[in-house]
Amino acid sequence: MLSFNTLVAVCLLYVIFLFLVAFGADRSAARNKSRFLNSPLIYTLSLSVYCTAWTFYGAVGYAARSGLEFVTIYLGPTLVMIGWWWFLRKLVRVGRAQRVTSIADLLSSRYGKSNFLGVIVTVIAVVGTTPYIALQLQSVTLAFSVFARDRSAGWNAPDLDATALWVAGGLALFTILFGTRNLDVNERHHGVVTAIAVEAVVKLVALLAVGVFVVWGVGGGPAGIADAIDEAMRNTPGEAWAITGGRWVGLTFLSAAAFLTLPRMFHVLVVENIGERQLAVASWAFPTYLFLMSLFVVPIAVVGLGTLPAGENPDLFVLTIPLHFDRDGLAMLSFLGGFSSATSMVIVASIALATMVSNHIIMPIWLSIRSEEASVSGDVRQVLLLARRLSIIGVLVLGYLYFQMSGGGTALAAIGMISFTGVAQVLPAMAGGLFWRGASRNGAAAGLILGFTVWAYTLFLPSFGEAGVMSATLLAEGPLGIAWLKPQALFGVTGLDPVVHAVFWSMILNSFAFVGVSLMSFPGPLERLQGAQFVNVLDQTRPAQGGSFPAAAAEDLLVMAQRTMGADAAQALFQTQASAQGKEGYLPDTTPDFIALLERELSGSVGAATAHAMIAQIMGGATVSVDDLMAVADETQQMLVYSSQLEEKQKELTTTARQLSTANDKLTQLSIQKDGFLSQISHELRTPMTSIRAFSEILRDGGAKDAEAAGRHASIIHDEAVRLTRLLDDLLDLSVLENGQVQLNPQREVLSKVLDRAVAATQSLIASQDLRIHRDQGREQVIITTDTDRLAQVFINLIANAAKYGDAKFKRLTIQVGERDGALRIDFVDNGSGIPTESQVMIFEKFSRLTDNAAAGGAGLGLAICREVMDRLGGSITYLPGQSGAAFRVTLPLEKIPHHVAN
Amino acid sequence: MTKRVLVIEDEPNIVEAISFILSRDGWAVATHSDGETAVQAVLDAVPDALILDVMLPGRSGYDILHDLRAHDLTRRLPVLMLTARGQRTDREQAERLGVNRFMTKPFSNAEVVDTLNELVPG
Repeated sequence: MLSFNTLVAVCLLYVIFLFLVAFGADRSAARNKSRFLNSPLIYTLSLSVYCTAWTFYGAVGYAARSGLEFVTIYLGPTLVMIGWWWFLRKLVRVGRAQRVTSIADLLSSRYGKSNFLGVIVTVIAVVGTTPYIALQLQSVTLAFSVFARDRSAGWNAPDLDATALWVAGGLALFTILFGTRNLDVNERHHGVVTAIAVEAVVKLVALLAVGVFVVWGVGGGPAGIADAIDEAMRNTPGEAWAITGGRWVGLTFLSAAAFLTLPRMFHVLVVENIGERQLAVASWAFPTYLFLMSLFVVPIAVVGLGTLPAGENPDLFVLTIPLHFDRDGLAMLSFLGGFSSATSMVIVASIALATMVSNHIIMPIWLSIRSEEASVSGDVRQVLLLARRLSIIGVLVLGYLYFQMSGGGTALAAIGMISFTGVAQVLPAMAGGLFWRGASRNGAAAGLILGFTVWAYTLFLPSFGEAGVMSATLLAEGPLGIAWLKPQALFGVTGLDPVVHAVFWSMILNSFAFVGVSLMSFPGPLERLQGAQFVNVLDQTRPAQGGSFPAAAAEDLLVMAQRTMGADAAQALFQTQASAQGKEGYLPDTTPDFIALLERELSGSVGAATAHAMIAQIMGGATVSVDDLMAVADETQQMLVYSSQLEEKQKELTTTARQLSTANDKLTQLSIQKDGFLSQISHELRTPMTSIRAFSEILRDGGAKDAEAAGRHASIIHDEAVRLTRLLDDLLDLSVLENGQVQLNPQREVLSKVLDRAVAATQSLIASQDLRIHRDQGREQVIITTDTDRLAQVFINLIANAAKYGDAKFKRLTIQVGERDGALRIDFVDNGSGIPTESQVMIFEKFSRLTDNAAAGGAGLGLAICREVMDRLGGSITYLPGQSGAAFRVTLPLEKIPHHVAN
Repeated sequence: MTKRVLVIEDEPNIVEAISFILSRDGWAVATHSDGETAVQAVLDAVPDALILDVMLPGRSGYDILHDLRAHDLTRRLPVLMLTARGQRTDREQAERLGVNRFMTKPFSNAEVVDTLNELVPG
């Protein structure tokens, strides 16, 4: 017979053994002999904190009450582990890259380091986990009571409460010793994890031993058990063994969600993880563990129902069956298995909760109270350790109080489900944060608060029973008699199991609030930064390194600034500042002035908030690493390059548009000119034709009686016909010149001879207008090589103009030849009144005849033709203002060595 | 009574042609070749009809017509406009200003005579 003292002694020995294991593991980890500790096996076994006393004891009770439904509790985690590649891998990668310390820290970090979210998640976690811890205390107490009940072994009822208190105290001591020995940056606890792995083995061995005993020792082998199961199914109402799809799906989803979001699961899965290799092995090893844990659950339940007296608590079959058959050793092992399940859960859960409570509630309060001294690191560390320890005690006190209040009445499985549903509220914000960049802090907060409220209203508060927080009337009729607000039949949905009902509504409303508010709100810069880091964590080639980074290095700032502002601008800024500080090189001291200046410069590129965050991260050293910031800076740089390319493009387009506009203006101008030209030509052609037609008709109709008049009429027809021909010749000439189709015949000739020919050609006009021409033959003895016929044409035009338009009483034209800058200049200056200044610019245009004196005989094309000719000859013709009369200068390039011919 | 026409035209050959055909038809023809002084010439001459060129040195035929129509003495004076710029817009402008007839050069002698006789019957 087991005496109470034996039981306590074995417990103590077991606990001392665990202490030694944990101590040894910590020592070998400190000596860097942690290869075994880091093995996937330890990791897999540590995941077994999922299997708490609830699973150890409660699964059998669950099976005894509801048949195979207990499998859903194992099915969810199994699915999560098998599909680790899609979700867990990302979660673990983010956890390590961001050095996440808890699930509250994960959401806080993801949503822009919002401590508000951290607080919400911490509260949810504490409220959701407290019943769970109470459950463990209850199970240990119940287990003690089993031994006490049957054997009058020297202890009585009041001692049961004391047991719970002792257990809670012992667990607090163990957790404080091994969970807060040091403030590791990455929050890893080798001792605790190893002890938990040992406990995982103990509980598996214990459950398997009981199972083997039940099947082969009591039930008569597998065949006998199969018969017993058949009989149990016949004897119990069909409902219990029936499998209903909706409930199965709901519970499987719930257990999968809880597996990811339970604080203790997150702690062992993510925080204690050291590499994805562990995860890959655990993806098959942990489902195997779960399979072994569940293998004998149904046989034990069936045999217990069959062999034990009616009214026995099925939750304790694991203990009571060995005791019933007087197998004290087996019962002891089984007790230790249950004890292991309970303790490992409480230890990990309280570490996880204490981390959250201290990081998100105690420390922020303490920092805000003592903001001045906050930068003294040693000080902070001591305070943080103290906060952790107090938090652990607080969590266990809460669990103990809950245990006292609830009185241990509820079935184990029910409490577990309530906890699961509560912590599962974190799932939408967590999954959204990992896969959706649009997820925002406000959305996460809205979803969490709404889901948590619905959970509390529909499941948690009603769980205290009708005498508890909610009255029977409220449960039956809803608040103020509003039926659709009935806690267990929201919106008129009835007929659902309370757990499934709560899961359904809380998750639906939670997700809708999360997605809806996220879509409506705009995330801040730090939130966007973190969102990118989380969602794209698998794309980052370089895994983030643990440990701290160098503080306030000017070089880090320079690198970041270069990536943000561009290399040249950043280097120029740093160099200027360095030389202003009297330093050589590129790196100035990181004085407050310089930091403020740099922040201003950076905000020009990335906006003020992000610039502030970037500087703050490098200078202050927070959880965002320099590498992370570099990633963002690179992104910014790319955007800058891209936008400057766009600007370039824009400029090009503007230039092109301007060119097009100019071309269009030119074309419009040309079109107007063409219209004007055609109109002019029409006029110039019609005028002589009018005379020709009129006099032709006069002749046709008999002509003038007077012979002299008749003769004049005939000569008018002749003259006008000549005028028409000349006009057409000029037009054709001009057209050829303008199109560049003119054929030049360069000849070597003395200038004076060309002038002679021009004067000779205009001889009759000169004579009729009585024009005198003054020349200096001596200076005209220059040999030129050009198309001298064309040059003579220009001279003829100028001489004829002087003859026709010169308005002096005694017309005189002076032709002067000069040479300057390798060019020959021939000036034609008459003694008339010249050309008015405002007209000088247009005399070379077509049809720009200044007087309308048709008698002059030109169509106004002469100077236009002259200009074209001189262009073709490589020279020019210009009007010389400021002379006594009209003055034109013909310029012709000379050959390199001018040849003067002697007189 | 002899009908009198004033011809305002700067092209001497055309002036001679018009003078010849109208004189032959019995018109008393006076001529003027300058745009700037044209309005005064009309007011001085007080003709029965006016032949007006558009492109004149100094002032365009349109301006002259505009002034004539603003003056009491010449408000109803029959005007035949001749132009070598035979574009539609020219005719429209002339008609807006109150021209009686509009013809493009080269013209038919008979048509000019007939038009004037039509404008100044009897």
